[in-house]
Amino acid sequence: MPHFTKPAEGSWTEHYPELGTEPVSYQDSISPEFYERERDAIFGRTWLNVGRVEQLAKVGSYFTKEIDAARTSIVVVRSSKDEIRAFHNICRHRGNKLVWQDYPGEETSGTCRQFTCKYHAWRYSLEGDLTFVQQESEFFDLDKGDYSLASVQVDVWEGFIFVNLDPDNTTSLHEYMGELGKGLEGYPFHELTQIHKYRAEVGSNWKLFIDAFAEFYHAPVLHAKQAVADESRKLMDYGYEALAYGIDGPHGMVSSWGGMSPPKDPSMVKPIEQKLRSGLFGPWDAPDIGLDELPPGLNPARHKAWGMDSYVFFPNFMVLIWKPNWVLTYHYWPTSYDTHIFEGTCYFAPPQNARERLAQELAVVTFKEYALQDGNTLEATQTMLESRTPVKTFPLGDQEVLLRHLHHTARQYVHDYEQQAHLTPVHA
Amino acid sequence: MPNPDVSLPAEFADLEPFADWALRGEKARYDKRLASSMEELQAFYDAAFPRLDEAMAYLEQFPMDALPEDAKHLLWLCCALVTVSFPVEVWRQQRVPDSGASTFDAVLEPAI
Repeated sequence: MPHFTKPAEGSWTEHYPELGTEPVSYQDSISPEFYERERDAIFGRTWLNVGRVEQLAKVGSYFTKEIDAARTSIVVVRSSKDEIRAFHNICRHRGNKLVWQDYPGEETSGTCRQFTCKYHAWRYSLEGDLTFVQQESEFFDLDKGDYSLASVQVDVWEGFIFVNLDPDNTTSLHEYMGELGKGLEGYPFHELTQIHKYRAEVGSNWKLFIDAFAEFYHAPVLHAKQAVADESRKLMDYGYEALAYGIDGPHGMVSSWGGMSPPKDPSMVKPIEQKLRSGLFGPWDAPDIGLDELPPGLNPARHKAWGMDSYVFFPNFMVLIWKPNWVLTYHYWPTSYDTHIFEGTCYFAPPQNARERLAQELAVVTFKEYALQDGNTLEATQTMLESRTPVKTFPLGDQEVLLRHLHHTARQYVHDYEQQAHLTPVHA
Repeated sequence: MPNPDVSLPAEFADLEPFADWALRGEKARYDKRLASSMEELQAFYDAAFPRLDEAMAYLEQFPMDALPEDAKHLLWLCCALVTVSFPVEVWRQQRVPDSGASTFDAVLEPAI
């Protein structure tokens, strides 16, 4: 008997009939050939979140982003016209990487008046125009107007900067974000400028880590030891059910209860949590961020036990919005079929005093302790999926509907691309 | 020996033997946790946890952007107490169980 209402069809999964209910193959997570298709079909063609507007505070502020999956590096900059622009990070002269510090493969950021190539000092304005060629008279009929930086489509949704690497893309970012994106509009992300960002190299396919964070069915089990013993047993008996799920186009969301912030009974939580009034669900005392009313998309079930909503914006961007007015984002940047870089970023209101700072520290460190367990489990999953066991398909429960949807969507994007490009389908 | 570079406010002189925990940055604090014995973690926790309320009350006198140097050290020592609370209160070991060789490192943090 479910604790929370399910759709009339009897399950969330059957509410979206295109997903099916049969066991799922994970061939799409262990196939180098399928990953090569994903690079073109997904990472080369969809809107990818690369940062926030606060990172480009003034004219000339820039950052670079390595997007190995799309075979490029980009530089994103606030131009002289106070517009956000993005370019492939390549000098038009002989292809040197234009913006980097010390290590060409590492991302960098800063402020500049123009971009100067380290190799032969060709210079580009913040609008990407080639403005200076060293010993220009040595070149043959060189028209600087023909050698601007290669620009990339860029747009901003709620302060999040996205790029689309397909020059022929005609879908606006706003359209791409769909109903789920629209339902979040107006949330005061810009008030949450106290940032803690973490990065990990993970030995698994990128989709497997999204899987891990798109279901909470695992939480009472894998993280059992994170709660005090009595509480842990209760959580395990209760299991996990979401308040609601939502799917629109390639994106999905899960709405969850969150009884631990603050807990009904302080003895349910560890001494440090009682003392600092904080934990996994964030600081218990929510700061005022001017949120008089939740945007319509949040807490879609309008349930009083609501604790957080977790969005999967395809392909690799997750946004978690917590009831006590803080936000967590996840990014998954593939580096091969079985490796990726994971980024987890916590956004809080700037603390007014050390008490608030310490409550945030406990939330961040708790997130880190969970993520270390999650990351390591993934390597165990990847190696066994790749093993030559006779086990080929895997049953997914109703609380795993977003996983079913993610893999379905990835296969669909690859299939559509193969059709359009007249390619022989890769089996997955 | 108290290190003059990491000294704490005079009211917290009793924590001076643990002043080397007043480390800036979560990674430095986590690295020290991994490099310490459980006995060392327990000793630091037992000394610092009972002073946490007083430390927060002391630190609340100052706005976050005007913390004196010794108060910053006290704040970072409290952050380190957060870091060691996991092994002491739950794990009974320095590392997160089942975390193997995985790492998860801070690349951007508040200055204080």
